[in-house]
Amino acid sequence: MAGVTGAPRASRVAWLTRWATLAVLFVVWEIVAGVWLPKGRPELATLLPPPSAIAKAAVEMIGSGELLMHLWQSLRRELVAFLFALFAVPLGIAMGWWRGVHEQIDPIVEILRPIPPIAWIPLSILWLGIGNAQNQFIIFLGIFFPLLINTIQGVKNVEPNLVRAARCLGASEWQILKRVVLPAALPQILTGIRIGFGVGWMALVAAELVGASSGLGFLINDARSLLKTDVVILGMLTIGVVGLLLDLLIRRIAKRVLPWSLAAQK
Amino acid sequence: MARLIVDNVSKVYAALQKGQDDVLALRDVNFTVEDHEFCCLLGHSGCGKTTLLNIMAGFEAPTGGKITLDGNVIGPPHWSRTMVFQDYALFPWLTIERNIAFGLEVKGVPEAERARIVAEHVKLVGLSGFETRLPHQLSGGMKQRVAIARALAVDPQVALLDEPFAALDAQNRSLLQDELVRIAQATRKTMVLITHSIDEAIKLSDRIIVMTKRPGTVKANIVVDIPRPRAEDDARVIALKKQLRALIADEREVELA
Repeated sequence: MAGVTGAPRASRVAWLTRWATLAVLFVVWEIVAGVWLPKGRPELATLLPPPSAIAKAAVEMIGSGELLMHLWQSLRRELVAFLFALFAVPLGIAMGWWRGVHEQIDPIVEILRPIPPIAWIPLSILWLGIGNAQNQFIIFLGIFFPLLINTIQGVKNVEPNLVRAARCLGASEWQILKRVVLPAALPQILTGIRIGFGVGWMALVAAELVGASSGLGFLINDARSLLKTDVVILGMLTIGVVGLLLDLLIRRIAKRVLPWSLAAQK
Repeated sequence: MARLIVDNVSKVYAALQKGQDDVLALRDVNFTVEDHEFCCLLGHSGCGKTTLLNIMAGFEAPTGGKITLDGNVIGPPHWSRTMVFQDYALFPWLTIERNIAFGLEVKGVPEAERARIVAEHVKLVGLSGFETRLPHQLSGGMKQRVAIARALAVDPQVALLDEPFAALDAQNRSLLQDELVRIAQATRKTMVLITHSIDEAIKLSDRIIVMTKRPGTVKANIVVDIPRPRAEDDARVIALKKQLRALIADEREVELA
């Protein structure tokens, strides 16, 4: 958070001004979409529902449990994909530590990495059909590469003297990997997880748009075909807010487990 | 026992690119560090003293000659030769205790024994009360105390110190030097310390090896038997300082020539 320091009163003013533009925007939106459009251009009013309509849709869909059901489906896919993508950590450590492993694996990674996860959707539908496995595969790709690249970089950035210190204190190669390289690379691994979660979350929605019968991506696409624009926007907002919350959660965890790391403070 | 013999050690770094010359870092270096002795390697930067220390630790291999510890040729890094680094190299995710315990843990020392040794070394370096802090919460001087405790806790035969006080301010440096003298006398460990400070060498050493600039060779091997503590106005200290200054000044001229 930006520094909210100084006198309480000054900070309250600062807090208010910070949200002022956003508040004005909401008011304008409400007036345009709720009052002006229905009167002047009623045929366009369905395309831009006012914030109050979206709020109403939110209350209804949360009450019925539908929104949470879709959210849970999406989150579960993200989590399953993340668990599989964790394989990037040992692979990245091996690639960062042993030049031979890097030489062998790196060309494969460099060919696959620039392909956006979304470009895999057609092939993955043919391979895995429509459903969880295909969605998870797309998310997996989104998480895997940022995590791998950051792990490799984290290992390469380990202070050489830390490794030397461990070595002269009698640590074996395996002990050095486990007790020095892994913890030293952990801040950057967590950065990789954060980036990966973000990319994965974006890929998830794209995958669900095409190949799912549940989840937030499905929800907004389904609502589009029914012209329920309030639900479309509600779904989009949910995706945004949950993405933000996930990021905050990972940062909170990083701060907790890495009190020594500057990267965790950011 | 810990008698360290540097026997005709040379080190050549092969040229990295075509057209460059190989770099001769050390040439026919010979000296002996006796058991329990505190030995300083004194020389300008670029005289190969760090290379020599790295060879002693086993981080690098000599291209000629050998180093023996109690008659055994030294090989890869081993806890019998631990190192204290200028940048401390503490594990930032481990508490002070766990840093000091690191070598004991990887060695598989039982927990009770480990706790006893750690407590003993915390006390030795004067860090009681800071056991559960993390390194980033400590000042530079305190970090270096931890590093010294960590290097000694595994009970090495020889401790190697690579300009350990270079990053400290003058006051802390002087304090830590006094502490190191006390620790060396208390533990009776053989120590080899690198420095480019004449005062530091005089304060600490039983033996001073003055090294020449590239290629590094032994210019003088001086046994210092002035009783401790060594006052700055002691006539013998002043005489030694003059002698060392002359030896080092020669080196500067060599560099200019």
